[in-house]
Amino acid sequence: MSFIRDGLTIGAVAVGAFFFLAGMVGLLRFPDTLSRLHALSKADNLGLGLIVFGLLFQEDELFPALKLVGVWLLALLAGAIVAQLIARAAIRDRPSA
Amino acid sequence: MANFLLAAAVVVLTTVALGMIRVLRGPGAADRIMAAQLLGTGGIAVLLLLARAIPMPGVVDVALVLGLLAAFVSVAFVKAVGGPAPGDAERAGGE
Repeated sequence: MSFIRDGLTIGAVAVGAFFFLAGMVGLLRFPDTLSRLHALSKADNLGLGLIVFGLLFQEDELFPALKLVGVWLLALLAGAIVAQLIARAAIRDRPSA
Repeated sequence: MANFLLAAAVVVLTTVALGMIRVLRGPGAADRIMAAQLLGTGGIAVLLLLARAIPMPGVVDVALVLGLLAAFVSVAFVKAVGGPAPGDAERAGGE
């Protein structure tokens, strides 16, 4: 049983780390600000989400697991609001908008 | 298991550190703050992985605080670079 849980953790955390890698590459390689923001959102939501999902299998009690989910929900909420605000600032700064 | 989680934390940390190149290259202020935002999210992920790997459950609280502060950083940035704009809460009451 522990074998299955560890396997799920390894899979989800590895995919989550891959999304962070993809977000970083997108942030460095994409041509303009708004497409970089798009890459960043993937890293925020999916990368952190999958890492939290993987760590959930290692928790034996309910409360610490709920706390992990809470951290992710806070990051989701913050990420959604911040993406809108940064996009607004980026569009305002764009020379020929 | 702890070794794998530590290795994953190192991978995420390296990734986020490479993302900091965007802070150097810019070109706009928004691009730089986005790299800082990636650092915030990546920092949360690293702390959550460490909390399970060490193991030290209290580190999850540190991740929670980091998430909260990372959100405020970007809000403060947007308020600093832009003047008043439609939809601002302080304008809703009619100044």
